[in-house]
Amino acid sequence: MTLKISEISVGQELPALDLAFTRADLVAYANASGDQNPIHQDEAFAKSVGLPDVIAHGMLTMGRAIRVVTDWVGDPTAVIDYSVRMTRPVVVPDTAEGSIVSFTGKVSQVNDDGTVQIELGAVFGDVKVLGLARATVRLAQ
Amino acid sequence: MNHDMIGHVYPPSKPYLVTSENISAFVKALGDSNPAYADGTVAPPTFPIVVTMNAMDAAFHDPALQLDYSRLVHSDQKFEYLRPIRVGDELTVSASVEEIKPLGTNEIATFKTDVFSGDELVVTGWSKIVVRGPEA
Repeated sequence: MTLKISEISVGQELPALDLAFTRADLVAYANASGDQNPIHQDEAFAKSVGLPDVIAHGMLTMGRAIRVVTDWVGDPTAVIDYSVRMTRPVVVPDTAEGSIVSFTGKVSQVNDDGTVQIELGAVFGDVKVLGLARATVRLAQ
Repeated sequence: MNHDMIGHVYPPSKPYLVTSENISAFVKALGDSNPAYADGTVAPPTFPIVVTMNAMDAAFHDPALQLDYSRLVHSDQKFEYLRPIRVGDELTVSASVEEIKPLGTNEIATFKTDVFSGDELVVTGWSKIVVRGPEA
């Protein structure tokens, strides 16, 4: 599937994604990214610094949110910029289901230079965990 | 933080060779099944954090910056891509202090991280951090 810019309009919604965050995911992300901060793995430590429980790496949330865009365009190398604010943490209990974060995306701009801007959303329960989240992709004309 | 450090550019980080194993582990940790990553040749958009965070960690611990690492929160991240990172890239990062300013009782700082493969600039990252004030 190749998306064409002529077929895209402002306000168009991208397919949403609900993704589970488990403790095992945080360990895997810590190892793959090199971010071994214990607030992402050690419940006792996380609580000792005032957190409700272990929290996900903000960069894991950012890394997963862009899938709304890259699943939609197919080619992840079409992304030319991507930015987020990590507003609230995703709290991850020690359960098999973990925590579910709902990711959404909506076309906010279609530009003459062949680029499309997407506004992204990431909600955990009723809390927005990412703000000011947007990405720009370059599409085939 | 020491405002005299605004504009300071840190020496380039040690080269990091991108392997298909590194890419695949990162993709697997994201849980991303996009077929574009199947052969481990192209890295996902947030992969550069692996090298930019390391470069910033070195800066965060620079005594001249006078930053209380225990009160630091990563609040914003931005990447601009000139091209995707690929297997075989030898990445170095040039980190600089773009901004330090007060925000209420906190301080915020923005670090710019230029990611090079050899002499080619491939990605620029910006990381904003908040250092919580003592009474927070």
